[in-house]
Amino acid sequence: MSYTEEELVARLTERFPSVTTTEQRERRIWLTSPREGFIDLLTYIHDDLGFNMLCTVSGLDAGEEFQLIYHIAHDCGIVINARVSAPADNPVFDTATNIYKGGVLYELEARNLFGLTILGIPEDIRYPLPENWPQGEYPLRKSWVLPADRVPESDEQDTPSEDTPASAEGASPPVIASEGEAEARQSTVAVASSISDTAQNPASSSPAEGSDNG
Amino acid sequence: MARVEIPLGPQHPALKEPANFALSLDGERIVGAAVNLGYNHRGVEKACEARNFTQCLYFLERICGICSHSHSTAFSMTVEEVAGVEIPPRAQYIRVLIGELERLHSHMLWLGVAGHELGFDTLFMLSWRDRELVMDLLASICGNRVNYGINKLGGVRRDIDETVKETILKVMDQFEEALKYYISLATTETTLAARTLGVGILSYEDAVTYGAQGPTSRAAGLDRDIRRDEPYTAYADIPFQVITDTHADVFGRVVVRALEMVESCKIIRFVLDNMPDGPLSVKFPRKIPPGEALGRYEAPRGEDVHFVKSNGTDKPERVKVRAPTLANAASYAVMLQGNYLADVPIIVAAIDPCFSCTDRAISVVDNRSGREGSLDWKALRQYSIDWYRNQGVAFDGLNRKG
Repeated sequence: MSYTEEELVARLTERFPSVTTTEQRERRIWLTSPREGFIDLLTYIHDDLGFNMLCTVSGLDAGEEFQLIYHIAHDCGIVINARVSAPADNPVFDTATNIYKGGVLYELEARNLFGLTILGIPEDIRYPLPENWPQGEYPLRKSWVLPADRVPESDEQDTPSEDTPASAEGASPPVIASEGEAEARQSTVAVASSISDTAQNPASSSPAEGSDNG
Repeated sequence: MARVEIPLGPQHPALKEPANFALSLDGERIVGAAVNLGYNHRGVEKACEARNFTQCLYFLERICGICSHSHSTAFSMTVEEVAGVEIPPRAQYIRVLIGELERLHSHMLWLGVAGHELGFDTLFMLSWRDRELVMDLLASICGNRVNYGINKLGGVRRDIDETVKETILKVMDQFEEALKYYISLATTETTLAARTLGVGILSYEDAVTYGAQGPTSRAAGLDRDIRRDEPYTAYADIPFQVITDTHADVFGRVVVRALEMVESCKIIRFVLDNMPDGPLSVKFPRKIPPGEALGRYEAPRGEDVHFVKSNGTDKPERVKVRAPTLANAASYAVMLQGNYLADVPIIVAAIDPCFSCTDRAISVVDNRSGREGSLDWKALRQYSIDWYRNQGVAFDGLNRKG
């Protein structure tokens, strides 16, 4: 089955009036959806429209909010780039891995590098930052400064999770952690069984703490 | 019998790149498998934000030593789309040419690795010998065996003139002759079939569910090839066949790659015969207007995805790279399930994993600068000594001579 871009846009806007859509060019549709109903939108795109391949998830630090773009492809070549955002002081998203099972690594990557909370992906997995990476350091945030470039005495915090113990380390350079911390094994990723487990046990962590556990 | 958990890697004899597999065994059978990645992170995406677009191009080409042209082309296509620049037809053909030569040497490399993992080292020796034909050719075209530096934003840097064309055609004759042997070997050799048939099965349904890419998915009968589904550069003009197979196992992946090389040779000949005349590049602006685009490229291992967002300056706001191995890694657990421990190396190798591509993303700690926050050699050495001491291994006695 294949579609024309106009047809897809028409179907999407009819079904989801709150979604704004842009046709960038042939085979590229961009849409922005509110957080509420985003999973329903992805379910519709997957189940009803037959877009079965999640290419990747791009995280974006847009200043006052964090965005996730789900790049979803159809076998006919059309890609829907579905964007969802959450405020920077409470970056909580729902996982799409119940719909796209291959997407666990992409969401883990966005969570780990941007310090987001994504409800429904395994809590104990850390990917791709190493296990001795300091807590509260999210390198792809725009406010993140290379440790070598930081002013030593600065109290400046570059993470919003200021009330967590992790933020105490926020301003200090990420040096190799003590052995105790490094003892934990590198996270376990992409387990088929853990994916199905996740579906049954959505995460219950407090968003304020961030889910980027080490 | 009780289950046994064994860790395999990150340093292990089966693979030349770091990845860790936690295998759960019942006797010789694998009953559970988990993959740990992230050992090869170099902070590429963050580093891109501090470089201008031209620097990023050459930087991203160095993500991988095999599919370097894939990353470089995917990135330049994406940036050119954001900038609204269309590259000349001749440049598009040259990009295809280098891309297909890269596919040839990548698949030959893989065939050798597969032979090695199977204990068939003659195949490894022969295929790497014949791979040199392509490597030498690339070196003579681009000046480099890998990291060809053929792309620039707005076109390509080197022309393919009549002399080079003759050289390529001559090498193609030799290569296609050699390829016949590998095709017959991949399809009829009983030892190879005995080790690969029914091993590492990834069904069509699982390939769809876990988003498998490239030859891994095509061997499961999934008819998916970005070159045809979304023809970039000059692929819309070029006739070729997408090779699929229904074995869904390692054998299928061998066959798909072997036959794909035949298609690549055809594409190369077509490109040389039909290359349009014209300029090699157009002027590319230093600063790019705000915008974003997604580029998809069929790398030898599968779909390579680049997302670029620009903010009106000469540096990208965000670069996101998704290499094919990351997509295929999600299928490992399924592929390993139920197989023998002894087959792990070939199953792992069968997706043609490239962890340097996959683990590319984190922040930079420059070890050589010696600046604060980084580890110098002494500190690194001390870290390793302390680590081993905590594990109960003391080096004190070992370093003393006499």
